[in-house]
Amino acid sequence: MVAARAARADMTAEIIRLVEVSKVYGTGDATVRAVDDVSLSVQEGDFLAVMGPSGSGKSTLMHILGCLDVPTSGEYRFAGEDVSRMNERELASIRNRRIGFVFQQFHLLSSMSAWRNVELPLLYRSARDRRQTALNALAQVGLSTRVQHRPNQLSGGQQQRVAIARALVTDPTMILADEPTGNLDSRASREVLDILSGLNKAGHTIVLITHDPNVAGVAERVVEMADGRLKDRVAA
Amino acid sequence: MSLLRTFDTGMRGLLGHRLRSILTTLGILFGVAAVICTVGIGTASANSVNSRIAALGTNLLTISPGTTTSFGVRGGSGSANTLTMEDVSGLEDKQDAPDVAAVAPVVQGTATLVSTSSNWSTTVQGSTPGWLITNARTLSAGVFFMQQQVNKHAQVVVLGATTAAELGVTVGSQVSISGAPFDVVGLLTTSGSTGFTNSDDLAVVPITTAQDQITGGSPGSVQRILISATGTGTIGSAYLEADQLLLQTHHITNAASADFSITSASTLASTAASVTTTLTILLASVAAISLLVGGIGVMNIMLVSVTERTQEIGLRKALGATPRDLLRQFLIEAATLSFVGGVLGVGAGLLAGVLVPRLANIAVTITPTPVIIAVCVAAGVGLIFGVYPAARAARLAPIAALRAE
Repeated sequence: MVAARAARADMTAEIIRLVEVSKVYGTGDATVRAVDDVSLSVQEGDFLAVMGPSGSGKSTLMHILGCLDVPTSGEYRFAGEDVSRMNERELASIRNRRIGFVFQQFHLLSSMSAWRNVELPLLYRSARDRRQTALNALAQVGLSTRVQHRPNQLSGGQQQRVAIARALVTDPTMILADEPTGNLDSRASREVLDILSGLNKAGHTIVLITHDPNVAGVAERVVEMADGRLKDRVAA
Repeated sequence: MSLLRTFDTGMRGLLGHRLRSILTTLGILFGVAAVICTVGIGTASANSVNSRIAALGTNLLTISPGTTTSFGVRGGSGSANTLTMEDVSGLEDKQDAPDVAAVAPVVQGTATLVSTSSNWSTTVQGSTPGWLITNARTLSAGVFFMQQQVNKHAQVVVLGATTAAELGVTVGSQVSISGAPFDVVGLLTTSGSTGFTNSDDLAVVPITTAQDQITGGSPGSVQRILISATGTGTIGSAYLEADQLLLQTHHITNAASADFSITSASTLASTAASVTTTLTILLASVAAISLLVGGIGVMNIMLVSVTERTQEIGLRKALGATPRDLLRQFLIEAATLSFVGGVLGVGAGLLAGVLVPRLANIAVTITPTPVIIAVCVAAGVGLIFGVYPAARAARLAPIAALRAE
């Protein structure tokens, strides 16, 4: 399976390549293998869902994929760069340039307006016309009329759309969404998932982490995680 | 992230928590205001003590007679008339005492002065023209009597401002002292009350006249001799010259058994100066402690801020902020709080410098140095106490920070 995926990498750009990656916490009897010998490949333009119950290790996998954490062993290449041995500063740069995050709790800064929140990742790189870039991203998620609103003046669905705009604003190589609908009602969930699907259709590579099979259903490919191990399966 | 943008981010961080920022600033504000105000009070009191001592004549030495031993009973200091006019002329000798600028013998008594309109009882000093210089006094009107008038036992008097006012006389008037008529030739400028005696309530007459008519005593002996050194720097050598000269003329070989003693106003000055310095240091250290407390307040608030904003820190890290970016952001926040507090503290300190003298009758002299030092220390305190919270923010692992509740 992995070999087949790897073969395809010759044709389209391979965004993610995990080879026998493990993440181990604790020592001795208390050792927990949160991610156990996982190999995975994601191509440019893919829409992958990682599904699994809580405790399956999908969050740890998401942290590794998002370059928020480094694996204990194994190799991780992100868009051709070996990130498994990078230091904190280099990881920060990869996250800033290449990855757009969407979190379950939105993680918007309450003291800032929508566009200021969207602008945030641009502050950590050299960027011109930050305001215009942020406004364009907000337009992409249909929030052009809410740019000056504070997060507490927006609905949950709108807040998550601001967060998606923030993920989009840097034109990342991959959008990593961790339970993006976990705090939303079904209508808002649908909205958010539609936006993600639309972005994928427009060519964005998306990795979605969820415990909900219905949410995973929007992805074109689903892998399941259990006890730190990965089972590949193609979505219906 | 550029420094300017970090600064902008830091400002937004502060403005996002306005009340907390203001409260933190208050701690530094009061610290700086306290430093400025207390150092101002210290400076003012030092100035006032110094000017009062300068009014005494800091290059003044007073030679007093020593003790006598009669029939085995030692009299108190000044009980013997061991100082003479010979001593005075010896001290006036420029060869033996080159550092002595002026010499004035003094005899003193109390007498009633009577003018045409009033009468007034006061201290009458008999002296020579050197009196004016050695006492660091000036005249507001008329002239001081001259050496010839001393030699001639002239019936002339110079009056202190208070005395002249009480008697209702001026230059050219006549007063009678102990029944004898005197011409008022000069009036002394007010010098203010120093110590226990009112230096504006006195009459000065030629020493010869005083001995004839007021104080009595043998014409050759004087009660004390005032000498002034040529400058404040030469007071030590003037002291030694006077000491040597008097030991010689009094035929005393052992300095310990000298029949006179020399005291100087500068010893008083240095004592007073050290007292005010101690006072200033005491006040300033109390103020410095309040500045330190303000600094710890900044650290405290910044720690609270880091803890409260853990999620924000995690998010910023996820979005690409490096540890250095966060270190800078929180350092700038801390330093800004303290700097703004410092500047406002200067305002409050200056205001207090204006209000305190009006409300509490305490003089405050504000000089630029403590103001500049206080502001710099305040900003420095903020930076130093901001380092620990900022380092904590920078070290936070992004995942743990994002997950924090």
